[in-house]
Amino acid sequence: MVSVELEPVIGLEIHVQLATRTKMFCGCELSFGEPPNTRTCPVCLGLPGSLPAANARAIHFGLKIGMALGCELAPRSIFHRKNYFYPDLPKGYQISQYDEPLCRGGRLGDVRIHRVHLEEDAAKLVHVGASGRIHGSDASIVDFNRGGTPLAEIVTEPDLRSGEQAREWLGLLRTTLRQLGVSDVNMEEGSLRCDANISVRPLGSEELGVKTELKNMNSFRFIERGIRAEVARQEKLLREGGQVVQETLHFDPASERITSLRSKEEAHDYRYFPEPDLLPVAIEEGMLERARAAMPELPAERAVRLEKKVGLSPESARRLAFRAELGDYFELALAAEVDPAPPAQALANWVVSDLVGRLGDGGADGDPGAGGDPSSSRVQAPALAALVGLVAARRISVGAGRRVLDRLVAEGGDPLAIVQAEGLEAMAGSEDLAAIVAEALAANADAAERVRGGNAKAIGPIVGHVMRATKGRADGGEVTRLVNEQLGID
Amino acid sequence: MSATDILDLSGAQAAAAIGAGTLSARELFDAYLVRARGDELNCFTWLAEQAPDDAAIAAGSAGPLKAVPLAVKDLFCTEGVPSQSGSRILEGYRPPYTATAVARLKDAGAALLGKTNQDEFAMGSSNENSAFGPVRNPWDRERVPGGSSGGSAAAVAAGLAPWALGTDTGGSIRQPAALCGIVGCKPTYGAISRYGMIAFASSLDQAGPLTRDVTDAALLLRHMVGRDPRDATSLEWVGEVALPRAERLDGVRLGVPRELTGEGIEGGVRDAFQATLARAEELGAQVRDVALAHAPHALSAYYVLAPAEASSNLARFDGVRYGLRAPEAHDLLDMYTRTRHDGFGAEVKRRIMLGTYALSAGYYDAYYGRAQRVRTKIAQDFAAAFAEVDLIVTPTSPTVAFRLGEKTRDPWAMYLNDFCTVPMSLAGIPAISIPCGLSGGLPVGFQIAGPPFSESRLLDAAHALERAIGFDGSPARARGAGAASESAP
Repeated sequence: MVSVELEPVIGLEIHVQLATRTKMFCGCELSFGEPPNTRTCPVCLGLPGSLPAANARAIHFGLKIGMALGCELAPRSIFHRKNYFYPDLPKGYQISQYDEPLCRGGRLGDVRIHRVHLEEDAAKLVHVGASGRIHGSDASIVDFNRGGTPLAEIVTEPDLRSGEQAREWLGLLRTTLRQLGVSDVNMEEGSLRCDANISVRPLGSEELGVKTELKNMNSFRFIERGIRAEVARQEKLLREGGQVVQETLHFDPASERITSLRSKEEAHDYRYFPEPDLLPVAIEEGMLERARAAMPELPAERAVRLEKKVGLSPESARRLAFRAELGDYFELALAAEVDPAPPAQALANWVVSDLVGRLGDGGADGDPGAGGDPSSSRVQAPALAALVGLVAARRISVGAGRRVLDRLVAEGGDPLAIVQAEGLEAMAGSEDLAAIVAEALAANADAAERVRGGNAKAIGPIVGHVMRATKGRADGGEVTRLVNEQLGID
Repeated sequence: MSATDILDLSGAQAAAAIGAGTLSARELFDAYLVRARGDELNCFTWLAEQAPDDAAIAAGSAGPLKAVPLAVKDLFCTEGVPSQSGSRILEGYRPPYTATAVARLKDAGAALLGKTNQDEFAMGSSNENSAFGPVRNPWDRERVPGGSSGGSAAAVAAGLAPWALGTDTGGSIRQPAALCGIVGCKPTYGAISRYGMIAFASSLDQAGPLTRDVTDAALLLRHMVGRDPRDATSLEWVGEVALPRAERLDGVRLGVPRELTGEGIEGGVRDAFQATLARAEELGAQVRDVALAHAPHALSAYYVLAPAEASSNLARFDGVRYGLRAPEAHDLLDMYTRTRHDGFGAEVKRRIMLGTYALSAGYYDAYYGRAQRVRTKIAQDFAAAFAEVDLIVTPTSPTVAFRLGEKTRDPWAMYLNDFCTVPMSLAGIPAISIPCGLSGGLPVGFQIAGPPFSESRLLDAAHALERAIGFDGSPARARGAGAASESAP
């Protein structure tokens, strides 16, 4: 065992809060930070005598997810009761799906989907006391606002091989779900939650090793780090001749420590049985048609279209497609009627690098999709289109364009007005510019001599002089051409 | 009208008299209130403090039920009024909402008189499992009224209420109706919304009326049935429940299943049953044998399925949000354990354990799965039988009312009370019990069952037999209440 190369095998279980208007089994509106226990009713409080009624919109969303992931949609699926006692579970059971889920099979990117099913979220426990955690708290109080929120649970096959791959794939899933409009998919707010099943095995083996389940990692970065830490722990254990024990684990991102929540022996017997208060979910053709009609273009399809039809580079196409908000913004800008019109590739570059860079990248938690959403910035998509059009037509220089973008990000407005107000138009005629270039050569005689001697890089101070004198309005290429011309270089 | 005359009116008759202006709705309510306050049978767990105010009486009188008082089984949630399902764990619990069945009757004009005693969480056939004490049978106070809707049955039989609402899971309306000499009807599963009924076994529980006659049962059904978006298992009712008019049974084919009419049925009950069959033939019915091969297995299947569902339905009584919470628990598990130990009675605990076991990993297929297959067979048996006959008839209960304490130490003897009623519950079909005579001075019930949504046919047949039998329930009403009922409010 000691010398054998080991391979991590990882599958994910993702819980997605569905962005329906009301809860899974009652008419309460979903809660977004309302005061505790204000979005409740007899059903989601589990009061005696209350009964669930399934939310048709949640089923519609479940079907959309199933279609997007290429799943087989069950013509008939049933809800089960998953029985266990906990204060955040007011009925003493969670209504979930068991052996007849809504969707089976499927694939997203290079990961196969095992199943997708619908269930209800638990309420939120608040531990009162200094620590804020259950240990050492004085009391625990329950906020039932979240209880009953519809969830889709997506279970993958064990097709992932590293924490980094898991993080990237989760980013693609997140974009897909966001594109579908079925969820806010926000890990920090808990609308996207991920558990990982992790095992290691000798490379080349077909058998699965003993797995552990790493619970509720609440950021993309923690998922990558948690998986990496658990894989390392298992590999070390096996190399030292030990054995992995099947258990549920908690990853503490602060200390990078992994602690056991419960072992297999302590695992619940959930006593699943068909929920007698609900009828089987029978999927009729009309429901499938509605779900089909509501399917947007998905990231993978969009990337192909942006490359083939719009003519972007593969890299740009993927970056725009896999972050739907960037793709949407780009396409909105591309469709804007501005004169001169921006070339698509230039526009894409300005969106993914200049604009997003200025909006601040929220990637601190390792979220591949994080960062500013341009649609909520002050830069209107037509304004960016106009700006890129001006730059591409050389009406303003690239440098001037960036200064205009700074102002657009800060206060919004019309690029042309900013250009005029700041006098940033590119130098109209070569003659004025030629005179300034001559001045610059005279003021930087040493540099001019080195350029003439063949050192092209020495041109910097000369161009800088010209830019200062023109307040950046001069076109860099034109300045270089004039320098070479005046120095007699071909 | 004198107070006694008023109390002799059926619900429908009282409503008609109020509608005609010959009876005051307030006078009627007050008369029942006085009588119910004198309850010596322990029928009520809560009584209205006074008659509804003028506005409420006026509103009720505007509806078809004319503010006629209604007794409601404790397990129906009624807003602001104790709804305890006969359990200490819900002692004093007042829900913030009203069950659909009760709300619909109120919308039709009914006025809530009181909540009636029952076996805890509807688990029982004698009403001896109530946390609030047993109910006594007005025909003989040393005997049980049946259960679980024993308080409703005894109250109607004793004339403490004109009519009442109950629930039936395996016979909990029909069996106490039989033992108390009144009419009890369990409609088709899904006919009446279960929303607001504190659940025992979700796939079996069904609300229904307990009344003095078949017409009253039809009238209450009429105003309860129909789809409720809050109960996913409730069904659309086409048309309106007709009031029964039939006086003959010409051409009606009545099937007698030997599996439910032979062994185990006590002699006096069998005699009354046979006499009723003869009467049915006199009215023109064709009586023939019919097979329900799997019916003898119904009780076994029922005592797996109902406890399994109950073990889950009763998990919510955990001391966290409402009802009893054991004080001084030292941690969460201890709080759960003590609360449920102190809050539930012995029979409820027995069924929770049975059900938990039946659903446990490794046992599910052997118990729950198998019981479901038996259930399917039983439903198929009924469907096949209804291809040959219009209705199926049996005694409602194998025995007449038994003595308090007689069967409390032998659960299986107690469970056998439901031998004739459980098969219909498992099949989800409607069934009615009407009083068909006396055996040793105690009432005997005659059960009529039909295919799903055959309530009109059922009620018509019951009505024709009721007229022919001419059962006299007045002895129970005469013995039903103590001296207090004779005094003024």
